[in-house]
Amino acid sequence: MEEILETYTATELEHVKVWFKAASTKDFPVDGGACIKYKDKQIAVFNFARLDKWYACQNVCPHKMEMVLSRGMIGDDKGTPKVACPLHKKTFSLENGENLNGDLEAIATYPVKIENDFVYIGFSE
Amino acid sequence: MKTIIVVGNGMVGYKFCEKFVAKEESKNYKVIVFGEEPRPAYDRVHLSEFFENQDAKALEMAPAEWYTENNIELIVNERVTDIHKTTKKITTAKDREFSYDYLVLATGSSAFVPPIKGVEKEGVFVYRTIEDLEGMLDYASKLKSKNANAKAAVLGGGLLGLEAGKAVMDMGLEPHIVEFAPKLMPRQLDSRSSQVLQLKLESIGLNIHLSKATNQILGDKSIVGMEFGEDDVLDVEMLIISAGIRPRDELGKTCDLEMGVRGGIVVNNKMQTSDESIYAIGEVALYNQMIYGLVAPGYDMAGVAVDQIIGEAETLMPEEIDMSTKLKLIGVDVASFGEPFMPASKGHSIIFENKTQHLYKRINVSLDGKSLLGGILVGDATDYSMLHQVYLNGMAIPEDPAQLILPASEGGAAFGDVMDLPDEAQICSCESVTKGQICAAIESGEATDIAGVVSCTKAGTGCGGCKPMLADLTNATLKSLGIEVKEGVCEHFDLNRQDLYKIIQVKEYKTFNEVLDNHGNGGHGCELCKPLIASLMASINADTANKEYAIQDSNDRFLANIQRNGTYSVVPRVPGGEITPDKLIALGEIAKKYDLYTKITGGVRIDLFGATLNQLPLIWKELIGHGFESGHAYGKSLRTVKTCVGSTWCRYGMDESVSFGIELENRYRGIRAPHKIKGGVSGCIRECAEARGKDFGLIAVEGGWNLYVGGNGGATPRHAELLAEQIDNETVIKYLDRYLMFYMHTAKPLQRTAAWQERLEGGMEYLKEVIIEDKLGIAVDLEKEMETLVNKFECEWTQAINDPEMMKRFSHFVNSEEDDDNLVFVPMRDQKMPEPWN
Repeated sequence: MEEILETYTATELEHVKVWFKAASTKDFPVDGGACIKYKDKQIAVFNFARLDKWYACQNVCPHKMEMVLSRGMIGDDKGTPKVACPLHKKTFSLENGENLNGDLEAIATYPVKIENDFVYIGFSE
Repeated sequence: MKTIIVVGNGMVGYKFCEKFVAKEESKNYKVIVFGEEPRPAYDRVHLSEFFENQDAKALEMAPAEWYTENNIELIVNERVTDIHKTTKKITTAKDREFSYDYLVLATGSSAFVPPIKGVEKEGVFVYRTIEDLEGMLDYASKLKSKNANAKAAVLGGGLLGLEAGKAVMDMGLEPHIVEFAPKLMPRQLDSRSSQVLQLKLESIGLNIHLSKATNQILGDKSIVGMEFGEDDVLDVEMLIISAGIRPRDELGKTCDLEMGVRGGIVVNNKMQTSDESIYAIGEVALYNQMIYGLVAPGYDMAGVAVDQIIGEAETLMPEEIDMSTKLKLIGVDVASFGEPFMPASKGHSIIFENKTQHLYKRINVSLDGKSLLGGILVGDATDYSMLHQVYLNGMAIPEDPAQLILPASEGGAAFGDVMDLPDEAQICSCESVTKGQICAAIESGEATDIAGVVSCTKAGTGCGGCKPMLADLTNATLKSLGIEVKEGVCEHFDLNRQDLYKIIQVKEYKTFNEVLDNHGNGGHGCELCKPLIASLMASINADTANKEYAIQDSNDRFLANIQRNGTYSVVPRVPGGEITPDKLIALGEIAKKYDLYTKITGGVRIDLFGATLNQLPLIWKELIGHGFESGHAYGKSLRTVKTCVGSTWCRYGMDESVSFGIELENRYRGIRAPHKIKGGVSGCIRECAEARGKDFGLIAVEGGWNLYVGGNGGATPRHAELLAEQIDNETVIKYLDRYLMFYMHTAKPLQRTAAWQERLEGGMEYLKEVIIEDKLGIAVDLEKEMETLVNKFECEWTQAINDPEMMKRFSHFVNSEEDDDNLVFVPMRDQKMPEPWN
């Protein structure tokens, strides 16, 4: 089951080759997330309105390999923006994907940009 | 000024320096450290991490500057070749001479290479230093450029061999483990646990070959295979030897120190060799006829040598050395402590094995059943810290020792409170930090949280296995000191639930952000405070979960119960358990149409499992069309009021339990509370509805109902207590309104009525005074608040499916109509279930 994680690798802004136009900003809840599909990937996208920032990461939680992170609550852990998995409340930094309350593998994060009220996610492939 | 020369800059050699400079007396000594490797000491225990990031710096115990800052002269890349005992001098490979007053040998060990024919061929490596690893990486990448499916073997299925197996996987080669013994980790595991570990490792792609003696290594210049017997060959293009260690004791031999028959420099319990100015510590030291290949005893030895040299003569190495270990091998927890193997004459073993989940737990208990002698854990080592402490401190164990290892859901209970441990209990064995030291750091105010404890005691900086216990201990100590027994619900609020309730009520806040911005600590909320405030808003304003859905717990957000694989279950309300045949048929047809796993719940409702996010609104449209409404099985709210059939049918019935149960369920449905609430109504004292196991329960008696409150099934079952006797329907409702509202006002987050009532100051008597006699003069307000909630009830699923904006929430993707493509179901007893987790 873990092989699914190989589909997702953290992507830095400078390695973005494709800006995928995912959806309208209105499709995402304020201070919450939703999932988008890009090729065979499921990407969780969060509208962190309190910080006026957007974040994207793999939708699969590395704990039990289920596609659920987009349905998690977001917030912060001593200032680090995070998402809590709805299944067992494993929390991950939205900045670098690090597991904040355990030693799970980090999740892959992706750059997001907003243009003309559309959400674009950056991929290297 | 006296001079100490430390030969060897590995983990133990470094630890000697660290412990030495921490001493006041260290300023009277000059310390010179020699390392043969080109870099300062690094963490060899976590060597396999080098394959993940190739960052040697990250493994460093301390940077080179650390030595300078602490007045230690570190000379790397220079091996010590000779010791002249009589003149107290050493010579190095560069032919330099240095004088010493004390000499500390921390030369460690080297990999043992068995004398197999062909072992010198290219592509054969040992697994010991960063240079070894760099060589392997180089070789592996050359192999892969020629053959993408190249195979590599590890000789040795012990602890280090399996680590090396992980390295092979990380290098992208097909991994094979070759072990001489008939099982993996023969020193730490018994046969059964070894088999469980093997199954697990095979499931993640390791090929394991047991009982194999390697005759020769095949190939011309480079390795192409290993030969075990005449026709027994394994084709591999790379081999990593990890067949044990040999002490690096050549210096001891050249200067004639007393040596062990099979190597190692003999030391006494002061860590002194046969020459009293020369000490030996770590894997080169032979203590009690044993070489200790673990880092924790090595660190202890370093501490003993430090104290002996500065004159604290009473510090001695203990007679018995604890060889317990816990580690994560390729992501699999493996631990053993005390006596992992025990002859039946010494005690009894209790074994829990579950091969489907790759779990194995064994504990060995003394014949009288009173003490824990040792054990083995594979697959899940969360119990290790506690078991290890129980063993080390000879603590009493439960009458049924099986409770120590049984999964909590099968009758096992959380055993042992960290605060019960004696002060001398060693919490961190890598750094020898005791419970007393940790508590002292907190009590003195030096540390105020876990991070503080770690930085001032060093606990948890070694293998990290003690971290969970460290956290428990820190929190419990803080609590015992009354230091900010953080009443606050989380880091974002210093207020407790009760305060927040009042504030939201008085200030009439309507959104989470209003509450956070006006009363929070400046953060952005989290998974603890968000659902709590959502629940409070609902309790106060009768909001449904649709209002501010992003702050709802996942279940409330999607108005369904999330299940193991991220699908949901659907439970429509069936008040009092009364259902018409038509509705029952409708449920069955809907379940069939959407292929949902169907089961009667513990609360005698019907639960339909396996609905995807996209299916939820479709299913609910149909259910609502047949007259159903939300059952709030997903909410911290009223679940069911269970009823027996009562006097309408039963020949013993004293009253109409079904009718009254339905009335109560419909009255309190949808109301959000600190936790879920269940009710029960029985028509006579036979109590078929099990009402006394519920948060509120009614039993029909001569002259009315007996009203019980605060019952609970669950983890700590508790019978509800009698609040009032022989009261009529109207009075029941009046008291229940007050009781539930009072609970909603004052309980802690996620506290059931049973726990709340138990901790209520003044107990049942006080409760009766408030509810029945209205001692606080709030009864009318409580009733009014409840009345408002009851009148404002709205089915949130009906709300959702009639609002296109709300409906948007129920799709797996926002940019596609498709469903989650990651779902796998497998058949089970004519229905289906999600594929089991690994």
